[in-house]
Amino acid sequence: MPNVTMTVNGKKMSGNVEPRTLLVEFLRETLGLTGTHVSCDTSQCGACVVHVNGDGIKSCTILAVQCDGAEVKTIEGVANGDTLHPMQEAFREHHGLQCGYCTPGMVMSALDLVKHNKNPSEQQIREWLEGNLCRCTGYHNIVKAIKAGAEAMAKAQP
Amino acid sequence: MYNFEYHKAKNVADASALITQKSEAKLVAGGMTLIPTLKQRLAKPSDLVDLNGIAELKGIKREGNAVVIGAMTRHVEVAESAEVQKAIPALAHLASHIGDPAVRNRGTLGGSISNNDPAADYPSAVVALNATVITNKRKIAADEFFKGMFETALDAGEIVTAVSFPIPEKAAYMKFPNPASRYAIVGVFVAKAKDGVRVAVTGAGPCVFRQKEMEAALAKNFSADAIKSIAQKQDGLNGDIHASPEYRAHLVGVMAKRAIAAAG
Repeated sequence: MPNVTMTVNGKKMSGNVEPRTLLVEFLRETLGLTGTHVSCDTSQCGACVVHVNGDGIKSCTILAVQCDGAEVKTIEGVANGDTLHPMQEAFREHHGLQCGYCTPGMVMSALDLVKHNKNPSEQQIREWLEGNLCRCTGYHNIVKAIKAGAEAMAKAQP
Repeated sequence: MYNFEYHKAKNVADASALITQKSEAKLVAGGMTLIPTLKQRLAKPSDLVDLNGIAELKGIKREGNAVVIGAMTRHVEVAESAEVQKAIPALAHLASHIGDPAVRNRGTLGGSISNNDPAADYPSAVVALNATVITNKRKIAADEFFKGMFETALDAGEIVTAVSFPIPEKAAYMKFPNPASRYAIVGVFVAKAKDGVRVAVTGAGPCVFRQKEMEAALAKNFSADAIKSIAQKQDGLNGDIHASPEYRAHLVGVMAKRAIAAAG
């Protein structure tokens, strides 16, 4: 079995995987990083979004071997110790979740949005969330949270 | 997913050799269609040859009166490219509406046209802009490239390396997206160039096609009014849970008129 090494949340991690092993399976089952969720498993819902070399991607739709040598960031790598990231804090503050299942993917997609657009409008946020499904909130508070999170990030790093 | 051997190709020659040598090898570009297909066990390749490490397949450059885009250039790169936005804004607009952001971060131009999904967006741009598909063996005119549902002119071992898009005088793409997948239920790309007008329709039929009746009318008078009496025939159009052939035929006219208005 091929051996893969990737930097996950700043730490070098290795493991043996079958070529068919998905990145999300490697993260959850080999590395035990279960913050990244699998929901639809058909590349539609976005619960499994992580960053690979800085880009938001669906970790159920990429092979672990394709990420050999890559920098991967998961929801576990977003907070600074016990201090929530401003985007996570905004989700808490604005009640941007109910059951929480889609939230890791929502936060990772929101951070990818801010990378492309530091000051997104409500419309731009709604369009960006095309690839992230939530069955509880009706999205309204998620949109508010992302707007506030982007503003807080801009304040923290002008 | 059935298991397979994985190879990371170093360059195009290496990738071509690998897919020719192995019995049932498949190329993987962005993998946005192939990996879901493998997960559903709808395909059982012996080997997967990954094009993601090949630098020569990436990038966007202006060459004379054309924009040349490498096959492994991702949708997000086309959407955000200042060069594409300036030369062919309709193409940047098209790329910015494929799938969702995570798909656009992975999906590629070469992968999209080689797969030739009937509802993919890019084939309409390739045909309407009269682009040339460049492979490791030859150059293929847009009208010769797309052969049918999931079928192209590519031979075994042939790999798309780039697409050269001539810069039109004006162009626009309008699609009626499936609200869940953002695939085109119907998408119409209209382009006016020095040598005429081309109207390419995706999503409506089994393969991208040119609406030549509209092209002729628009060559005389480039306005939405010029095509108002042209009705797309529904024979041979797709019918599924999303839309009937009759509905798709109607949408061809609506999207074409919107595209003409957007092109200005």
